Amino acid sequence: MSFDLSAIVPYGPALLSGLANTLLCWIAGSLGAMALGFVVVLCRLSPIRLLSACALAYTEIIRGTPPLLVAFFIYGAGPSFGLVLEPLPAGIFALSIHGSAYMAEIYRVGFNAVPRGHVEAGVSLGLTPFAIFRRVQAPEALVAITPSLINALIVISKETSVLSIISVPELTYEVQKMSIETFAAFESLFALAIGYWIVVSSITKAGNFLERRVTRHTVRSA
Amino acid sequence: MAQDMVSITSVSKSFGSLRVLHDVNLSVQKSEVLCLIGPSGSGKSTLLRCVNFLETYDEGEILVEGRLVGYDQSSGTRRLMRGSQLCAMRRSIGMVFQHFNLWPHMTALDNVADPLRQVKGMSRKDAHSKAMATLEKVGLAAKADGYPAALSGGQQQRVAIARSLAMEPHLMLFDEPTSALDPELVGEVLQVMRDLANEGMTMIVVTHEIGFAARVADKVAFLDGGRIVRCGPPREVLNSPEEPRLKQFLQTYHERSQF
Repeated sequence: MSFDLSAIVPYGPALLSGLANTLLCWIAGSLGAMALGFVVVLCRLSPIRLLSACALAYTEIIRGTPPLLVAFFIYGAGPSFGLVLEPLPAGIFALSIHGSAYMAEIYRVGFNAVPRGHVEAGVSLGLTPFAIFRRVQAPEALVAITPSLINALIVISKETSVLSIISVPELTYEVQKMSIETFAAFESLFALAIGYWIVVSSITKAGNFLERRVTRHTVRSA
Repeated sequence: MAQDMVSITSVSKSFGSLRVLHDVNLSVQKSEVLCLIGPSGSGKSTLLRCVNFLETYDEGEILVEGRLVGYDQSSGTRRLMRGSQLCAMRRSIGMVFQHFNLWPHMTALDNVADPLRQVKGMSRKDAHSKAMATLEKVGLAAKADGYPAALSGGQQQRVAIARSLAMEPHLMLFDEPTSALDPELVGEVLQVMRDLANEGMTMIVVTHEIGFAARVADKVAFLDGGRIVRCGPPREVLNSPEEPRLKQFLQTYHERSQF
């Protein structure tokens, strides 16, 4: 077995730029997924039957499709619908669509976790539905969904690797290129694993901090 | 004669095929305390929730300060009130729940102050000083910075009362306010309610505390099966019941307090 990290040293800048693109895809894709997921859950919980049914169908279809297919579809089949995108925006769009179905489900669970009585208290005080949402439902739902939200964000960070297939120059793409050019498969994959580990463990650390923060009031002080 | 604070006329309500309120008539004058008693499922909580329209009612009229609750009949037919009108109406009616329903992510102070800012548009400073003064009134100024999870049930319920009171309601509704409390904590909540009654607050109280009803209420109504079986001054209703169902109901209380 040979393990020679010097083979990958010349690829340092390419790997760093790949890591930067991975982070960009993750952040933009996550934000997109969270925003789109919010629209989907509003439709899902809407009293209008048709809207709710469409949101349910959307969720089912997207959750039943691999992210690879969504990326192929947007990048490859998009032009047939007049949607011509560069690989990077297409990739971010694909991550947003794929993640939105999961986010919508997480939000739905969150809203259902808010006790009815807490909402009724707001209603009885004369708060408007929007004020109740902003001051009661959203903050309480956030506490309930933080662990699953962090989990979903971690999953999205790893799904960015799928975008290499539509030639987004992110970490996996750069590593594959390096691996082909140097034949140093082991070293390349080692670098790749380290890269993802850095990303995921940073998200986890940040997530733990966030979780402690949002649940601080549920801890009984003596 | 002065206008009734609350006037309930021929109110009926069904959940599907189940009739939970049956031709209910009641009135409450300003500064009066009305206690609703009765077995579980008798419709007393539902009736209370109709007064601030947390529940809709199907027939009859509920007037609070002369205004029809929840519906608009200006066009001749009865339609649901607009959301903004309903919000405005609820602002003058306070409600206290069995399970307190404090918001767990806010301190006691914010639970009281936040609605003042949201609903009355008060500044942070004004809302806080008003909230503090109201917490003082229920004896909890020292707990202002505590989160609900760190308060006892009795303290939580007093914060919930303060939250309603701070809005300066003209009418307070209490839905079994002591039923979720340890027996030792019931007293502090009842004391706050008694003080309120003495200050002239108009109150409708759904309760199983017959002693409270006997001492504080001006009027007691006994409900069974969605109907008002008996309504009158506590001495008459509680001390000389005539109806067999009411006698039986009160008997269980007498038996429970003997040991």
